[in-house]
Amino acid sequence: MDFLAEHAPDRLPGNRTMPAGVTDPATLSPHATTIVALTFDGGVLLAGDRRATAGPMIASRSIEKVFPADEYSAVGIAGSAGIGLELVRLFQLELEHYEKIEGSLLSLTGKANRLATMLRGNLAMAMQGLAVVPLFAGYDLDKDTGRIFSYDATGGRYEEHEHHGVGSGSIFARGALKKLWRRGMDAEAAVQVAVEALYDAADDDSATGGPDTVRGIYPVVATVSVDGYQRIEDAEIARAAEQIVAQRRERGSIA
Amino acid sequence: MNMPFYVSPEQLMKDRADFARKGIARGRSVVVLAYDGGIAFATENPSRALHKISEIYDRIAFAAVGKYNEFENLRVAGVRYADMRGYSYDRSDVTARGLANAYAQTLGTVFITESKPLEVEIVVAEVGADAADDQIYRLTYDGTVADEHGFVVMGGQAEQLGRRVKEGWRADLTLGEALRLAVAALGSGDGSSSRTIEAAQLEVAVLERDRPRRAFRRLTRQVLADLLADGAEAPSDDAKPDPEAAGEGETAPGAALDEAAVDEIIDETTTDVTATDETTEETATDESPTEESPTEEKPDEGPEASGPTSGTDH
Repeated sequence: MDFLAEHAPDRLPGNRTMPAGVTDPATLSPHATTIVALTFDGGVLLAGDRRATAGPMIASRSIEKVFPADEYSAVGIAGSAGIGLELVRLFQLELEHYEKIEGSLLSLTGKANRLATMLRGNLAMAMQGLAVVPLFAGYDLDKDTGRIFSYDATGGRYEEHEHHGVGSGSIFARGALKKLWRRGMDAEAAVQVAVEALYDAADDDSATGGPDTVRGIYPVVATVSVDGYQRIEDAEIARAAEQIVAQRRERGSIA
Repeated sequence: MNMPFYVSPEQLMKDRADFARKGIARGRSVVVLAYDGGIAFATENPSRALHKISEIYDRIAFAAVGKYNEFENLRVAGVRYADMRGYSYDRSDVTARGLANAYAQTLGTVFITESKPLEVEIVVAEVGADAADDQIYRLTYDGTVADEHGFVVMGGQAEQLGRRVKEGWRADLTLGEALRLAVAALGSGDGSSSRTIEAAQLEVAVLERDRPRRAFRRLTRQVLADLLADGAEAPSDDAKPDPEAAGEGETAPGAALDEAAVDEIIDETTTDVTATDETTEETATDESPTEESPTEEKPDEGPEASGPTSGTDH
């Protein structure tokens, strides 16, 4: 990123000037919504729904908002989609670049700090309404544990414990996580919890997409463990979603 | 006021070329060869942290012989070139050909304009969708690019080792066979007597065709030892002739200067944990190459230190 700043500053997201007062900047790019993260025994999980909205419209049903940052970490984005996706691309590039130049991986805290610095670079845009709020989760190879970091638009970095969520549906997702998360879960149970939390978010937040059984679009769920980043197969997510629907139908609640 | 002596351009170029060739021939050889599942790289390098073979991009790797600080500069410039390209355009737009051209420009410019040419020889290799798409470029100190097929040996007694590899190489070698051939060639370096090189003394990496994105993988310790031990049969010799394979390396036995230079900066124990490595628990082994003589050259002398980076066109 430093190299880019020196040689091609215009390519960095923070260095672009906005055209003065033409439109409301927030309508320029679709809005990406809910991301949740939770730890489980031996790693951490990151999941995101598939909806992007532009005001009241659904801009995309199948956008992906959870990405591998490198082999041992994942990043999810909520907020302005265009800027967020570019931020992720640059972040991925930067981690890979560091790894190739130095011949070793950056520490997990190092990666988290780097992301904070990049976000701070976007502060000017965030003030104009194009804010991005990522959620970063990774496996700490030094501490042998999964860790979660949340951010604010000014580049503040906060370590979260056990579980967290960002984006418009996160209030509902976090409520669900609080009830569903248990110590010592395995990866499979964690997938179930994440899908259920996103289901609850989609239930109450119009900007969060639920599992779409008609089109076969399911949340992106990825785990990061000592074996690295692994995206969970759609089939498994579909199974988890079906199970949740069946449970709720059985419960018979109409609220 | 003193008048400079007239030196003919021919003489000047020849002197520079001789100088570079001597420097390159002092180091240890690197063997690059294609096998049925990709491209393999092997060299004798006791250091776990200071590599002669490294990843540049998803499908592209870099191998070098010569002075460590010089080719390290080139490697970093290459990684920057590739990452910058991939970010500006697309990952698929980064090609070994483009990279080889950038390197050729740098090497050529330094050879002509700087007071001393770069004492390096490098290979840029890209693994393609199938064997026919594989590309191996060899670049010499003066910026000459050669498009090689099958295998390349550079540094040390490259000519001699190249003959050895040529005898045993064929396109459908398995990885084990290819590595055994490469290691046998590396061990045959000192004229008549051939020696066996331990797995711990080798730096071996592969570009694996079937790996999804980043094809580069280092082979360390147990994996490597197993591959080398697997079936001690001699590879058959339906060799494919390749006139360009043997380089212009001179036989200058003795001090490997690049290794000596490398030792002076080894104190930071950089553990080798690239993402693809299976053996993450390994610690950096300290080696003590006793025979090297750190004589005329310091690791970071000369104006050329900044040359490659500034010369490369980004």
